[in-house]
Amino acid sequence: MAKYIIEVRKNWCKSCGICIDFCPKGVLGFDTEGKAAVLDLESCTGCMMCEYRCPDYAIKVEGSESNEAAS
Amino acid sequence: MAVHVQDYLRMHKMPHIWCPGCGTGIALGAVVRAIHNVGYSRDEVIVITGIGCSARTNAIIDFNTFQTTHGRALSFATGFKLTRPEMKVVVITGDGDGAGIGGNHLIHTCRRNIDITTILINNSIYGMTGGQYSPLTPRGSYATTAPYGTVEPSFDICKLAEGAGATYVGRATAYHVTLLEQLVTKALKHEGFSLVEAITQCPIGYGRRNKMKSPTEMLKWQREHAVNVKAAAGMSPEQLEGKFLIGEFVNKTAPEYTKLYQKLIEDAQSKGAK
Repeated sequence: MAKYIIEVRKNWCKSCGICIDFCPKGVLGFDTEGKAAVLDLESCTGCMMCEYRCPDYAIKVEGSESNEAAS
Repeated sequence: MAVHVQDYLRMHKMPHIWCPGCGTGIALGAVVRAIHNVGYSRDEVIVITGIGCSARTNAIIDFNTFQTTHGRALSFATGFKLTRPEMKVVVITGDGDGAGIGGNHLIHTCRRNIDITTILINNSIYGMTGGQYSPLTPRGSYATTAPYGTVEPSFDICKLAEGAGATYVGRATAYHVTLLEQLVTKALKHEGFSLVEAITQCPIGYGRRNKMKSPTEMLKWQREHAVNVKAAAGMSPEQLEGKFLIGEFVNKTAPEYTKLYQKLIEDAQSKGAK
């Protein structure tokens, strides 16, 4: 069972690809409509970089300790 | 408690109007998390902006917000802070708005050391007004007003702010988003004028004209060209050629303007009318 939950708001995503290109574990990819999508949730380490670097606030990672520690 | 920028947004203003891959949203996210980190309630914070892409930040965030005229955010903020010194005043400006149109206001606000936290989002271009080069556009870059490349040298806005009297100065990038959050957190806690420069990517207005088409390419450029000021201390001038510094540059104490002004009022009142 995956440790984290990643929610993508497709209607906010502008398909820039930053989240995909900088995910250290290849968790994210494009869906058939060119929007960000979660492809491999099991590999997510909860580093939060996709959420922090998303210019459109379209990604929310739940359950990450690094986010708890930062706040 | 975990924080998500989504919790601080005016949902009816979303999705926002910035271009795909714009770094302004990344910088704003770090600012929102920093405000959350310090523990301010949203009612004790006012975010003041001028004109431009950077100014659109306060359309979407759910704090007290005030959009002013081009370059004059710091002037309005100075008036506001003097009237309501108990409020936490945050100014979000850009390289065109803050260093170009409002450059004079910036240096004098630094000089006064008034307790305002300024985040200057530097995307190297006037984005919203049509892609003109700004005082922070690197020499040789292309812009709508520099079709053969700009011949002007650019400001180092952090050095300028330090020279003008700012008591907290730092710089990070959209790529170094956690450093940006840390610097803004410290700037908010700092008493006096603080300026944090956020180097961001403008893939549409700047990148397309300057051989960097994708936002990812521009973030990688930031990663490869930024050197932390601590690491730079041990590097030679040759190693630092073509690089720029990030990190905390200035953190010092000096008398704060609203406190000095309040004392002046109290002293004058105790002496009575002449």
